[in-house]
Amino acid sequence: MGELRLMKGNEAVAEAAIRAGCDGYFGYPITPQSEVMEYLMAEKPFERTGMVVLQAESEVASINMLYGAAGTGKKVMTSSSSPGISLMQEGISYMAGSELPAVIVNVVRGGPGLGTIQPSQADYFQAVKGGGHGDYKLIVLAPASVQEMCDHVKLGFDLAFKYRNPVMILSDGAVGQMMEKVELFDQIARRTDAEVISQCPWAATGKPKDREHIIITSLDLDPAGQERVNLKLQAKYKKIQENEILFEEIQCEDAEYLYVAFGLSARICQKATDLARAKGIRVGLFRPITLFPFPAPQIASVGNRVKGILVVEMNAGQMIEDVKLSVGCNVKIEHYGRFGGIIPSPEEVVRALEQKIIGG
Amino acid sequence: MTEEIIIAGFGGQGVLSMGKILAYSGVMQNKEVSWMPSYGPEMRGGTANVTVIISDERISSPSLNTFDSAIILNQQSMDKFEKTVKPGGLLIYDPNGITRHPVRKDINIYSIEAADEASKLGLSKVFNMIVLGGFLKLKPLVASEFLHKGLLKSLPARHHALIPENEKAVEIGKNLLKPVQVL
Repeated sequence: MGELRLMKGNEAVAEAAIRAGCDGYFGYPITPQSEVMEYLMAEKPFERTGMVVLQAESEVASINMLYGAAGTGKKVMTSSSSPGISLMQEGISYMAGSELPAVIVNVVRGGPGLGTIQPSQADYFQAVKGGGHGDYKLIVLAPASVQEMCDHVKLGFDLAFKYRNPVMILSDGAVGQMMEKVELFDQIARRTDAEVISQCPWAATGKPKDREHIIITSLDLDPAGQERVNLKLQAKYKKIQENEILFEEIQCEDAEYLYVAFGLSARICQKATDLARAKGIRVGLFRPITLFPFPAPQIASVGNRVKGILVVEMNAGQMIEDVKLSVGCNVKIEHYGRFGGIIPSPEEVVRALEQKIIGG
Repeated sequence: MTEEIIIAGFGGQGVLSMGKILAYSGVMQNKEVSWMPSYGPEMRGGTANVTVIISDERISSPSLNTFDSAIILNQQSMDKFEKTVKPGGLLIYDPNGITRHPVRKDINIYSIEAADEASKLGLSKVFNMIVLGGFLKLKPLVASEFLHKGLLKSLPARHHALIPENEKAVEIGKNLLKPVQVL
């Protein structure tokens, strides 16, 4: 068993990055995720593992530092919160276009605009549908606990390098700020330069005489060439869709009704499931863990067995579109959301099920 | 067993750290725990509160609207959280600074004059641990050996010399409770 600690979600992200053998973190402070860099600075991974921790002058600088460092095959990470992630979108699109691996953590706060510093899930569309320009996908992980904040960093790096694709961890202010028990995984050694060269033949690691230059770019002015790039990306996304879906089903076996929720909302729905079952309502919970790839066939399989589905999100109705595309038109699907930093209570989520699905 | 607790008071009273010590002691005793603070505007002066859940099972929602126990340390928190205690639940409060005492008839209520006692003994820094002692007397969620381990883990090493004082405060708190209403 690994070391047990009580940690904030943001601290778990930071410790997990060090332990995952991350080579560099570039970030700019913003509530509610500033503890990521605070923890890294206090922990001094530059002394522990040699990992670089750098406070950039802005989010735009952070993401471009990430872009450059990822191009050398290094394991790199940044984190921010909603307004900061918006500033990073150009760089994220370039990284997706250049097929570069990196982990980007979004500890979401209420928007739009500067919004609030309280938790929200209103960045689902931005994360899952491509917040920047062009036809690209991020692999999007949605942790619902501090343990998953830790584990998804390691998983994120694995997936990022497996597919040469940026990975986003889509968290929220509550999961970032709360403390829970975490079992930490053991330290993974940072890769040596020789290991990077052998494992990342695509990376710009210095040109030996016996091979051509490696050029990392998202630019191809020849439309036929750029179409080939897009076809290659789409083939990769299809492979990710086929192989990397993660989800959790809770009390779905005998369910007449279903909650679908991710991240913090799923935790609230889990409590609501217990409260509703105590009242004799047989409800289950389906929790997508990967938002891209979306667990469409799995939701369809459970969703088509029930009388109605309530999608609960801390937004005005974003993931519900993917649930509807997955399940089809034969089952009643409604949305319940709170916005702007309000966390719904388990009791109101039960009432919403009764009013919108059972009674409606 | 699952215990859902709200601890609420002024910033600076040690509300968040009391919750953290309780939660860390739970971790040491191999319980599932969650600690969900109010963060944001209220943290920057004014009221502070934290939801602590200690359970033998996986914890569902870390954010709650009703609680098994409320530990209340100022009037604003009394106004906000008295009504959130589940029927049959527990409310502990320090009457220091309280102008409107609790009125619920369906919950257990205890007072603990921790602020007075702490200043009398010159222990104002461990005021929160006196309150925690009172709570643990009524709800023995963590054994004292695990509380000790929780303190070791929660406090930075430079403050470990203060652990005996903290543990003394917990013992003082256990004997300071006054029943106000016991169902």
